[in-house]
Amino acid sequence: MNVLNNFLGALKNTLAVANPHLQGGVHPDEHKHESTRLPIAHLPIPQHIVLPLRQHVGHLPKLLVKVGDRVKKGQLLAEAEGTISAAIHASTSGTVLAVENRLIPHPSGLPDQCIVIASDGLDEWISLKPIDWRQMSAPELIQHLRLSGIVGMGGAAFPTQVKLRTSPKTPVHTLIVNGAECEPYITCDDMLMREYADEMFKGIAIAQHILGVTRCIIGVEDNKPEALRALQAAAQRVDFAVDIQVVPTIYPSGDARQLIRLLTGIEVPNDKRSTDVGMQCFNVATLRALHRYFDIGEPSVSRIVTMTGKVALARNFEVLFGTPIADLLQAAGGADADVDEYIMGGPMMGFSLPSIDVPVTKACNCIISSSPNLFAPAPEPLPCIRCARCAEACPVQLQPQELYWFAKSKNIEKARDYHLFDCIECGCCSYVCPSNIPLVQYYRFAKSEAIAQDHAKEAANIARERNEFRLMRIEREKTERAQRHAQKALGTKESEAPTATPADVAAASKQAAIQAAIERAKAQKAQIKPKNIEDAPSAVQQEIAEIDARREQAKQAVQTTTEQDS
Amino acid sequence: MSRSPYVSQAPSVSLIMLKVMLALIPAIGVYMWAYGGGIVLVLLLASVTALLAEAVMLKLRQRPILPFLSDCSALLTAWLLALSLPPLAPWWLVVIGTLFAIVIAKQLYGGLGFNPFNPAMVGYAVLLISFPTVMTHWPAPLSLAGAPLDWSAQWHYILSGDLPAGLLPDAVSMATPLDYLKTQLKLHHVTSSIMQAPQFGMLAGSGAEWVALAYLFGGLYLLQQKIITWHLPIAFILSIGLMAAGFHWWQPDQYAGVGLHLFGGATMLGAFFILTDPVSGPTTPKGKLIFAASAGVLTYLIRTFGGYPDGVAFSVLLMNMLVPLIDAWTQPRVFGHQK
Repeated sequence: MNVLNNFLGALKNTLAVANPHLQGGVHPDEHKHESTRLPIAHLPIPQHIVLPLRQHVGHLPKLLVKVGDRVKKGQLLAEAEGTISAAIHASTSGTVLAVENRLIPHPSGLPDQCIVIASDGLDEWISLKPIDWRQMSAPELIQHLRLSGIVGMGGAAFPTQVKLRTSPKTPVHTLIVNGAECEPYITCDDMLMREYADEMFKGIAIAQHILGVTRCIIGVEDNKPEALRALQAAAQRVDFAVDIQVVPTIYPSGDARQLIRLLTGIEVPNDKRSTDVGMQCFNVATLRALHRYFDIGEPSVSRIVTMTGKVALARNFEVLFGTPIADLLQAAGGADADVDEYIMGGPMMGFSLPSIDVPVTKACNCIISSSPNLFAPAPEPLPCIRCARCAEACPVQLQPQELYWFAKSKNIEKARDYHLFDCIECGCCSYVCPSNIPLVQYYRFAKSEAIAQDHAKEAANIARERNEFRLMRIEREKTERAQRHAQKALGTKESEAPTATPADVAAASKQAAIQAAIERAKAQKAQIKPKNIEDAPSAVQQEIAEIDARREQAKQAVQTTTEQDS
Repeated sequence: MSRSPYVSQAPSVSLIMLKVMLALIPAIGVYMWAYGGGIVLVLLLASVTALLAEAVMLKLRQRPILPFLSDCSALLTAWLLALSLPPLAPWWLVVIGTLFAIVIAKQLYGGLGFNPFNPAMVGYAVLLISFPTVMTHWPAPLSLAGAPLDWSAQWHYILSGDLPAGLLPDAVSMATPLDYLKTQLKLHHVTSSIMQAPQFGMLAGSGAEWVALAYLFGGLYLLQQKIITWHLPIAFILSIGLMAAGFHWWQPDQYAGVGLHLFGGATMLGAFFILTDPVSGPTTPKGKLIFAASAGVLTYLIRTFGGYPDGVAFSVLLMNMLVPLIDAWTQPRVFGHQK
């Protein structure tokens, strides 16, 4: 086995020279040039702006306006609530028309709460106040950032202030800038780097200041030479050193963990964050948004969106959040006649929009107007033939063919053993599957099943705890009642005659009997163990032990709280 | 609604199977040149039987017939079995073997993707155990045959078992090199003198060695097309080669050399076309190496010390049984995980 490992290791090293980078991955047709021929354009102010309250990962922000309010561009409409949350701002001036459920761009296709603004066409800003960030400490700046509405604009939409908050336990030493943009069709980051490299570098300076780092690596795929040149030129104009690295064009090199490995050779452990290895990764657009907020005072109200696919004139637009996709489509000259579907995101990880009237949100990097001629519908899936092409393509080195088997048979535990939750849903496995199996959908299903199982388990545990506590309480009240009665009886007797009466003795003995019964019950409960676990493997036993420990903790917590309550 | 990825770039299952069949064409050509046109009828018989059996079974199992017939997997199984049989095998032998492979080894286990054993090798093993004499009754290469049969005589022989008037079976058949070696060693001859016999050709058997080279050629095409990975064939060939080299070096008189073991028998067919059946084989790179190396050792042991002249079928079937274990043991390290 050792010899084999050595042999494999040596072989891997020789292969690594040929391909120093991503393991697995695929290289779909890029289709990027269609939308990079024209510079970034602006849209006319839309008549209505629809701002979903949920545009980010985390808690819903707290609404600050009501129907009928007049708002200016950049005005805070909803403030971040809780640690992980982001603010929402008016993206143009006008009147709040409604706060109601509308369709939002989400894979579920379900409506969610939105603020609807009838724009007045003036696009009148609030008074913009730049922030002198160089003179301020990181905590102060993070407090400021809670008002900025900035979230990760690469698609994850994770509130940026949370990512910039470092802990002394895990100091960050390197800022990673993600300019890989590995998904086909999407070019908003490419165009941003070409046209706004300077703004992005100013954002880098701010992020470095807040994180307290001096080292910065920008990763760009080698299919963006213009962006690379713009970055190199901009790097000459700043007074800090930035390491611009070119990575080969292989999807999904833009995944943060993959990119960090490509740029630094460090693999972020699966159960840790990148900050645990001293690195934090931001998308180029997020950095530009940081600059706009601190140096100009503009909160996050717009972004660059690629409008491509089957449209008359594919290009990138700077779009106000809340603009209907229909407006974007119109600006691109309208869709081709055969278009029947609109995809948000790229062809590898995107999803079909429920309607063309949904608004552009903070996570919306690309809209592809699609037809069966552009993306042919997948043929009927055949059984898996275990060819393991998926395993070769998987950038996380999972065994997709095994995971598929477990997901299909709902063997969720086994799927977990095979690292289901390490799957990044990049779609490489489906991309190379000869049997056309929608593998990612199977994994999503298995993940949701696993999460549902966890919830159900937790709920059952809580219910059992409650019931046990209730029984204990009833028993305790009974004893206490008996005690009170006994004491009362004793008290009245004492006033009459100081000696113990037979009733007194009876009460005391009854109480003793109750106490003994409780003790017995307790002892019995402590002894009882489920009988069917002795043969279970040690991992399962350990799991059971952990659950028992958690249960014990919960019990103690409940007891303490009730003690405090009483 | 999410049905991402919206794009894909994969050869279809049918295309993969067809490419494997295409890779077999050179070997079939060499067969025809070396042994005559009988092989064409054997292939035809196996193909028709396989397609009919597959269709009937799909109908009985209430599965869609056309998508599964057109995946070409039944056809490929038929070809692999046909190429494992003696080129002048009687028609009923071909039909029984194919039926067993498709009906029992494939469809009763659940059809495409669900068979734990290599169907062609199950068919072959059943025939070898049930009809050992017929199965080891190989025709002599045309160049060595006392009375070479033409196409029509060969087809007639396959269908009726009758040879042209005046010919005895011995005039057209001849022990295969591996078989001959085995019987001669039992008679206490030494390898060097045994291998002087005409059927040994230059390397491993006149006729057989060319067929083996054609399989190697087809296998390289499959590697180039990325239909198979290098792990299985390389490990299998290395394993048999090392075993043969070791024993031959130890006792050259008792054990044949590397050439005979690599280019005689079913080594090349096994390495590139039999072990590489994805459904019944392992999926992890390390697992493939273990599977193929073990199959190589078993093949050599069965050939050299077992009761059968060749051992590829049995060793593959034995290793098929271990595939779930091998796969479970050889899970690669996942990104971000410690080993």
